[in-house]
Amino acid sequence: MTHSQWNRKDLIGLRDLKREEIELILDTAASFSEVSQRSVKKVPALRGKTVVNLFLEPSTRTRMSFEIAEKRLSADTIGMTGSASSMTKGESLRDTAQNIEALKVDLIVMRHPSSGAAYRLSQYTSKAVVNAGDGINEHPTQALIDIYTIREMKKDVKGLKIVYLGDILHSRVARSNIWGLTKLGANVVVCGPKTLIPKDIEELGVKVEFDPLKAVQEADAVTLLRIQLERQNESLFPSLREYADTYGMNEKMFQRAKPDAILMHPGPVNRGVEIESSLADSPRSVILKQVTNGIAVRMAVLYLLSGAPTHE
Amino acid sequence: MSRTFLDASEIQRVISRIAHEILERNPDPKSLALVGIRTRGVFLAERIRAKIKEICSLEIPFGILDITLYRDDLSEVGVHPQVKETKIPFDLEDHTVVLVDDVLFTGRTIRAALNAIADFGRPRAVQLAVLVDRGHRELPIKADFVGKNIPTSRQERVLIHLQETDSKDEALILPEDREALS
Repeated sequence: MTHSQWNRKDLIGLRDLKREEIELILDTAASFSEVSQRSVKKVPALRGKTVVNLFLEPSTRTRMSFEIAEKRLSADTIGMTGSASSMTKGESLRDTAQNIEALKVDLIVMRHPSSGAAYRLSQYTSKAVVNAGDGINEHPTQALIDIYTIREMKKDVKGLKIVYLGDILHSRVARSNIWGLTKLGANVVVCGPKTLIPKDIEELGVKVEFDPLKAVQEADAVTLLRIQLERQNESLFPSLREYADTYGMNEKMFQRAKPDAILMHPGPVNRGVEIESSLADSPRSVILKQVTNGIAVRMAVLYLLSGAPTHE
Repeated sequence: MSRTFLDASEIQRVISRIAHEILERNPDPKSLALVGIRTRGVFLAERIRAKIKEICSLEIPFGILDITLYRDDLSEVGVHPQVKETKIPFDLEDHTVVLVDDVLFTGRTIRAALNAIADFGRPRAVQLAVLVDRGHRELPIKADFVGKNIPTSRQERVLIHLQETDSKDEALILPEDREALS
């Protein structure tokens, strides 16, 4: 197994990555998964490196997962959240970048409400930038976790039918997964209310299906996406109850998928809306496995980025 | 010009001798465990394990160590080397661990391996077996079991080829490592 080396300064999105680079991250993650099972869950790979976690949008899971990954690599970490940041006092991304640079930080993990913010930041700084979600654009580490989990369960993603059901329009997770999965040869189907499916999304190489029963038919993996009410200014569908009736995943709908199909969710889960509560806890659900895998995948990303040449 | 200092049959004999020496040193073979250092140490450890099984029909616990994350030059090597899986599927506490590597040179790999081992637990003791000791230690590290001592200059290169990775068994010495000099 020979691999291309990692030479990127940043991880902004799966859109930019070649298939080989995605595979390198996934294989590296597989090596890191063992670290979390040791009695001392720590390796000295990033000793002496400082990572700043800049979370300018609410996040618990992703922030905790990054922080754990950083600590298990022995990096020093500092966290900054939206309300505590000077960005709420009007500081621009450029000034934030320059200030962070002056503090001799090595890596920046950023979540930002605006699409494109991570790319912008990466242009302003010579330090490595990891996109932890930018607006509705991309959430590359979450997609890598999803693909890693599918690979773990199914060996290979090539040729699999993978369905995304829910709010595709506002989902950076779906977007990143589409870029990644299509590069690895999966057949991606997106489904949801018409108002929540972006126009021309077929151009990314996915199939659009408006009937959830048809979408789920013979699927190998189904990812449910939360309705992101916080990103909706206008009314895009009548009510959550109505959404749950038509698109909510239940035992009956899931029976249409392959007998060994897996259920996925990037979290946070709204039980009773996009997924029937009992189904979320069933053995078919790999939701918590995704959370566990998140640490290994993020360790791999941080490890590879901290070894890449910086552009100083 | 390269010079072969161990051929296939000599390597086989050396491994057999190391296996006997390990058993001689450790009167309670049930407490033994072998841990091979990636890449070639793993195959040598497997062979020693097979030999020990042949001698006293005992299955010795076996582990694989990737020391990449413990290297002391990680921040200097540029592009980070690929990390492969470490597997220690047994409890270290009750065991005397014999670390196995192909070539002992500066001792830095062994230092890294010792730190990695410590993160898995506290073995009763750690011993070191190497196929070749070529000298030039930079750390106070010494092998307990040595296949062959071979005097080298720092510029020379010692290459170990094993069936499992290189489709033949031999140990070679190359006049100088041009890449390392440049």
